[in-house]
Parts: sequence; C-alpha cells; structure tokens
Amino acid sequence: MTSVQEKPARTRLISGPGMLLVWFYGVMVVGAVSRSVFQIATGFDRAPLAYSLSAVAGVVYGFITYSLVRGGETARKAAQVCCAAELAGVLIVGTWTLVDKSAFPDATVWSDYGMGYVFIPVLLPLSALYWLRRNRTVTQ
Amino acid sequence: MLDALTLVTGVAALLLAAWCGWAASRDQPTKDWHFIGMAVVSLLAVVQLVIGIVLLARGEKPEQGTTIFVAYLLGAFACVPAAGFMSLAERTRWGSVTVSAGGIVLAVLEVRLYDIWGG
Repeated sequence: MTSVQEKPARTRLISGPGMLLVWFYGVMVVGAVSRSVFQIATGFDRAPLAYSLSAVAGVVYGFITYSLVRGGETARKAAQVCCAAELAGVLIVGTWTLVDKSAFPDATVWSDYGMGYVFIPVLLPLSALYWLRRNRTVTQ
Repeated sequence: MLDALTLVTGVAALLLAAWCGWAASRDQPTKDWHFIGMAVVSLLAVVQLVIGIVLLARGEKPEQGTTIFVAYLLGAFACVPAAGFMSLAERTRWGSVTVSAGGIVLAVLEVRLYDIWGG
C-alpha cells in the first residue's frame, strides 16, 4: 500500500481525512454493488426501479473512490461533479420514497435519505464536497 | 455456536473501534499493539467464516438465504484487514480514525449476520 507512485504535480486527495472518505466510499461501493447485483440477478421484476437505482449508486460511488485514490485536479473536479450528483440523488430518491412508496416495493441504498445505512449516504457527499473544495489547486 | 462467535466478534470489533478512536483523539497513528488487536479481530472473522461454511456444508440453512450469508461472511472477513492496510498508508491520526470506522462497520455487519442466520 505504501508503494503508490504519484507524480509530484498531482494533488494527493487521500492524505489525512481523505483516507477516511476513501474507506467509507469503498464500503458503500461494496454495499451498493453487491446488493444490486444480487437483487437484479435474483428478482429484477420485483422492484426494477429500486434495484436499478442501487446499481447506479454503486457505479457513482465506484467512480468517486477511483477519483479520490487517483488524485489530481481533473479527478478532483470529476469527483466534485459526482458528489453533487450523488447528493442530488440521495435527496431526490429520499423524498421520492417518502412521497410515493408504491414506486419502491423494495428499498434502495438511497431510500429515506439512506436511513438503512445510518444516513451515511447523505452525510458522505456533504463531507466529500467540503474536502474536495478545500483541496482545489489555487491557479493564479 | 455461530451466534456466540458473532457476538464475540461484534464486541471485539467495537473494542477495537474504541481503542483506535482513543488513539486518534490523542493524535496518534496506529501502532504495533493496534495491529495485534486488528489481527485478533481478523482471526475471529476468519474462524467465523470457516465455521459458517462448515455449517452450510452440513446442510444448515440461513434464514435469509445462503448467498447473502456468504457475502456478509466475506465482507466481515475483509473489513478490518482493508482498514488496517489503509492505516499503514496513512501514518497520522486519520489512519486510526479509519481503523475505528472499520471496527464500527464490522460490528454492523455482525448484527446483520446475526439476523441473516436467524438466531
């Protein structure tokens, strides 16, 4: 793990609190991807919308994790966009599950603002956005 | 048998989380003793994985399905070692916080395992 090669010009996004973010994003990748793979494989017709959304969430989490580990300004910006999309997703899907429960016969990762995951899905993008903002490269 | 081990592993995971949380609060990285603690918790998870597979092989069925049970066993097994390696790469208090978070995630996995097995 210590032999991560990095060009000196690239901003490191995983030092300090960034490492904790990578950990939580990694956990969410495993959680969302394995959950959606299992649900889509065993009973996609039961709740197609919910399962697809979990799969999308898994892909977004995966991309953010990769961007954080990779580092650099481009990856930082890409991660920022994805975190904003993730936050929007949690808020929209969270509200949607509360307003129209019939659309979701089964829960998604983002149901009820991520209550089944101790609200990590809504707290994570907020802290990630804060972290990414603090690490932007100041260009003159 | 499995239930007792699930309980022990969960409690050990919480103790590890508290211990590394304490290190983080004193601005310390994870040290050798912490890694021994992680090894103990990981060993419990390995034993749990083996016993879980043996129980499945003997024809017992988890309440919520074999696939989910095995997936959670593997997740519990990988959880603390993964956090441990990350704390090796991050030699500050944040490495300790990461292991602490790993312990909490493992404790949650153990609660889920308990439900999945149907204890």
